[in-house]
Amino acid sequence: MPVDAGLVGRTFPPTEPYDVTAHAVRAFAEATGTPWTDGDPAPATFPIVVAFAAMQALMDDPTVGIELHHVVHGEQRFVHERPVVAGDRLTAELTVETLRQVGGADIIGTSSALTDADGALVCTARATLVHKAGA
Amino acid sequence: MTTELEPRTYRVTRADLVAYAAASGDPNPIHQDEDVARAVGLPGVIAHGMYTLALAARYVDEWAGRSGRIVELGAKFTRPVVVPAGEEGAEVSVSGVLHTDEDGVETVALTVTCDGQKVLGNPRAVLRA
Repeated sequence: MPVDAGLVGRTFPPTEPYDVTAHAVRAFAEATGTPWTDGDPAPATFPIVVAFAAMQALMDDPTVGIELHHVVHGEQRFVHERPVVAGDRLTAELTVETLRQVGGADIIGTSSALTDADGALVCTARATLVHKAGA
Repeated sequence: MTTELEPRTYRVTRADLVAYAAASGDPNPIHQDEDVARAVGLPGVIAHGMYTLALAARYVDEWAGRSGRIVELGAKFTRPVVVPAGEEGAEVSVSGVLHTDEDGVETVALTVTCDGQKVLGNPRAVLRA
């Protein structure tokens, strides 16, 4: 069953605040062999940790009709207003921007706004999710 | 102005994917478990698309000499990177072409391949000064 077109424009509740620690950034950098030392800005894809939680909330919502195991990550983009650093407290708020059906798949365009403890925008993470219902 | 950047090759093992799954909070078993990956029609365990995009960012950071210069980064995940078991793993090659516009904005158009085939669509980074 395709995802309801009424999903477009819907904004989901913000994720629980995520405290960025040096330990977490180091683990992320080390897993990908990225040079990083304490005090450096986090790698550019680190915000996915917070954005992923927002995407989980979308997929876990029973009214949306997305089956987690049928979702493939199609595209990802980040726009950084400033680098993420250890000590940041980040929250992500996801909005469904676009939805189209192609060959039985739902192509869901999402945008997650990551804000800091002051409410300032730090990063916009856009993900395209490809959902093949009943595949 | 256009400059070709030195290509680099990165090795990816399943141990790296396990570490990345923990660090990124993405526990999808298709990135760790051969049986699950095959059950959903994949040729084997595949790297997270985000892992491969992180390697693209690593390449830019290594060239720049530090993190924090990337203001925009994005790509389409067009082809999976299959990671065989063992220390050999898979090799991902990254190269880039640097364009500097008249305002001094630097953009790196990347090419990311595994086994000679592109795995990311239009990977691109824009840098701050």
